[in-house]
Parts: sequence; C-alpha cells; structure tokens
Amino acid sequence: MTPRLRQPSVLPGFGLTLGFTIGYLSLIVLVPLAMAFLRALDLSWDQFWQAVTAPRVVASYRLTFGAAFLAAAFNTAFGLIVAWVLVRYRFPGQRLVDALVDLPFALPTAVAGITLATLYSSNGWIGQYLKPLGLKVAFTPLGVIVALVFISLPFVVRTVQPVLEDLEAEVEEAAASLGAGRWQIFRRIIFPAVRPALLTGFTLAFARAIGEYGSVIFIAGNLPMVSEITPLLIVGKLEQYDYGGAAAVSVVLLIISFILLLLINLLQRWSRMRISGETAS
Amino acid sequence: MSDPAPRAPVSAATTEPRFVRVVLVTVALSFLTLFLFVPLAAVFYEALRKGIGVYLAAIADPYALAAIRLTLLSTAIAVPLNIAFGVAAAWAIAKFEFRGKSVLITLIDLPFAVSPVIAGMIYVLLFGAQGWLGPWLGEHGIRIIFAVPGIVLATVFVTVPFVARELIPLMQAQGIDEEEAAMVLGASGWLTFWRITLPNIQWGLLYGVVLCTARAMGEFGAVSVVSGHIRGLTNTLPLHVEILYNEYQFAAAFACASLLTLLALVMLALKTLIERRALRQQRSAGAMETL
Repeated sequence: MTPRLRQPSVLPGFGLTLGFTIGYLSLIVLVPLAMAFLRALDLSWDQFWQAVTAPRVVASYRLTFGAAFLAAAFNTAFGLIVAWVLVRYRFPGQRLVDALVDLPFALPTAVAGITLATLYSSNGWIGQYLKPLGLKVAFTPLGVIVALVFISLPFVVRTVQPVLEDLEAEVEEAAASLGAGRWQIFRRIIFPAVRPALLTGFTLAFARAIGEYGSVIFIAGNLPMVSEITPLLIVGKLEQYDYGGAAAVSVVLLIISFILLLLINLLQRWSRMRISGETAS
Repeated sequence: MSDPAPRAPVSAATTEPRFVRVVLVTVALSFLTLFLFVPLAAVFYEALRKGIGVYLAAIADPYALAAIRLTLLSTAIAVPLNIAFGVAAAWAIAKFEFRGKSVLITLIDLPFAVSPVIAGMIYVLLFGAQGWLGPWLGEHGIRIIFAVPGIVLATVFVTVPFVARELIPLMQAQGIDEEEAAMVLGASGWLTFWRITLPNIQWGLLYGVVLCTARAMGEFGAVSVVSGHIRGLTNTLPLHVEILYNEYQFAAAFACASLLTLLALVMLALKTLIERRALRQQRSAGAMETL
C-alpha cells in the first residue's frame, strides 16, 4: 500500500488550494529561479570557475559578506539593548519609538540610499563632524556598512522583543531571592533564554544584508575592487549582456542564501523545542 | 507583535539600578536617533530646502506623475495576486495534514532569501532579448523586459511571501474545529470560508496586506533590473528618485522620496493600529475562555 498523501478531513478545497499554491509558486518563483542554475550550467566548468573567482568578483564577495556580517553583528548588540529598553523600561515617546523601529522595512531602499549618502557626504549633517576626525564614510566600504546597518536594523529587535516579553518574572525573582545579582541573573537566566532569538535575528539580518542593493549603491561609490558589492556586479554583467557570468555569480549568492535560510529554519525549530521542553518540564 | 503597554518590573530585585536604566535608554535612543530618526528628518529637510514651489513642481512633473501611476498600477496588480496566493496557501497548509508541508513552507519564504537583483535577473534570463523565451516573444511582438509586464512580475516575486507568512501561523493556531462544525451543519465550503474563516483571520490578513503593499510600492533592486529606466514608460517612483538623484536634481529627488516616505509612515501607522486591534481581540477572546 502506498502511503497516503494527506490525512482525511471533512474540509473541502485541499486539491484546489494546494494545486493553486504549487502552480503559482512554480510559475513565479521556482521555474524562473531554476533558470539561473540552468543558465550557469551552459558554461563549461572552467568558464564557471573563472566567472566566480575573478579577482574583482572575489573582492566583491569579501566586501558583501564582510560588511553584512559587521552590520548584523552591530545590530545584534544594539538590537538587544533596544529590545530590552522597549520591553523593560518606560520613557516618554516609547510607543512612537517602538512603531518607528520598523521604518527600514517600510521605507523604499532607494530613499534610504540617497538619504544616507547625503547625510554622510563630507558636508552632510553627520559627515561634516566625521571629516575632522579623518573618517570618510560616503563612497567607502564604511558607507556600505552604514547602509546595511540601516536596512537590517529591525530584525534583531523584532525577534528578541517577544521572547523578552514572555520571560517569566518568577524565575528572576527566585534567582534574586537566592542571592543572585542583576548581572548574574542576566548572564545565567535571561541571556540563555534570548540566545536563540538573538541568533535568528542575526542570521535574518545577515541574509537580508547580503542581497541588499538599493540602499548601498548610492553611498558606496561603487569602485571595483574597493567598494563594489556583489549584487551590483551582477547588474553590471547583465548590462553588458554577460548573462552567463551574471548567472554564475548569482548561483554562488543563491546557494549561500539557501544555506542561511536552512539555518534560520533550524534555529527556529531549536528555539521552539527549547520553549516546549521548558513548559513540559 | 509587541505589547503596547510594557509591563513594569515587579520589584527592585528584578530591575536595574537607576543609572543603569538611564544609560541603557540613552544608548538605545542615541543609536535609533543616529540610524533612524536623523535620516527620517533629513528626507523632509532636503525635500523642502529649496522651498515649497520647487517641491510641488517636482511632484507635478509629468515624468513624476507617470512614475506614480506605474507604481500604483504594479502595486494594484501584485497585492491582490499575492492575497489570493496567501489565502490559498494558508488554507492548504493550516487546515490539512500532508507530506512535504515543511518543504512547501520553506519554498514560500524563498523570495525573502533571494537578492532583489537576482529576482530581476531571472526574468531577464527568461524573457530578455537573449533569454530563453526572448526570440519567440520577439517574433510575436510581446515585450516583457524593459516594459510594464516585467515590472509587475518582479514586484509580484519580491512580495510573494508577505500575506502567506502572516496567515499560516495564525490559521494553524486557530485549528479547524469551527470550520468542521460549519461543514457538519451543512454549510458549503465557500460559505464556511466567508462566514467562519475570513472573520477569524481578518486582522492577520490586513496586516499581511499592509506589509505587502509597502514592499510593492518601494521595491527598487528587482524592478531596476527589468525596467530599462525609460522615462514616462517604465519608471516607477523609486526609479524616478534614482534618476533625479544621479542627475544632481537633489531637491526634486528628495521631493519624490518624501512622497514614498509619507506612504511608508502611513503603512507603519496602519500596521501599529492593526497590531493593537488584533491584540485587543486576542485579549477579549482570552477573557471569554476564562469565563
């Protein structure tokens, strides 16, 4: 007997909705994405290898992944503080601040890009104060990091916030009554509880920052080998009708993104297991 | 998502000394000011710097108006399509048990993991002049790349997951008891959906629609690759901002950018309102259960 595809139910519409879901997803997402892989397969192995390891391409990976990593790490530290302050303390304007944390999700990336480029240029609001310090942000790799910090800012805050809200006060009270100090309670009780969320937020921010294009291109200056990100390199190859090269570099980026997506799913499963394990015990 | 009224620490033992609290709030607010509030203020400052006349002229410019129309058009097509997809996907995934479900959920999230530039590129590989279907499309006089259909397709791609990922956990949590009861009492499938499921998911659905709309109106990378930047024809508002900026028409660029920023703020306000409504509904449902 072959195992049944689904368990029986009185509700209708399984075939219709699942068929529509798979059909739509295939047409819009899966088949076009497969094109990138097929197009890269048109190249011989040597051509593929050359396309994805050319010095200019390797320099762009280093910048893209390095800047995305630093931006995500920066946001992990500050995101935890922001989430903590929003959940634990009260201050004037708190609700407004809470709502505005999502601004980078809602603001078009091109708007973020031109605004940051203007702010950090040598006569901009922020750039003019950095110039005497010898810090150049606009049109340097530092500018890439600033743009990526902006667009990935909400992820850590929004993954950590609900976990902090659900943390039970009793555990902390018990620890305090047993003589633990605040720092000890944070390190031994609170931090382990938020660690999965922190990691998930970091990975989400990192994954988002790797693919980012709109906000970066205005502030980066886009110098080959110095401040050119991988997505921009792909656009450049497309504009020169080097479809094979563009597909090859995209495949590298896609595979890394898929690995990160898998990692996020595993992390979420892990944190769910932790939570259900804790309530069960 | 977040509780609008943060709970107060119960006792002195479970909060920090006053100076630690002040330092942490200051650090958090300084960080947000530098990275969020200053950029937000700068958009409007730069937009209005040359006076209201320049601002209005930039927005009333025929190319700007054409860009606004195209942005609204592609949003008006992408959002309903992804509502239909999201509701169908959530119904199949939340109401039935079947093999391969977790794979399907991961596949729905895929567009979030793909760089917008790659999202645009795959359609160029498929429909572009040197793409797989390019020659055939050329013979039949159909243009997709560097034309409106490509822009709509790219917008649909990047916004596929928004409605589905809001509805799936919500409908999974609600279970199937109410629908089963309706069906057993003789209601048709459609009637069950309209009368039982839809009222239960309305806030989650609206939330997903708001996020989807915000992204659809603001998409830049994917649209930029397929657009060709033809003024008045294939320029969306974010692309128009880019062109103006690259032509050093900063005041005009920021004027159009301020429109997009206002839309983003409206979306944030709607999102916050929906969160509060949904929370209240959740609480009253919880209160009903304890009665």
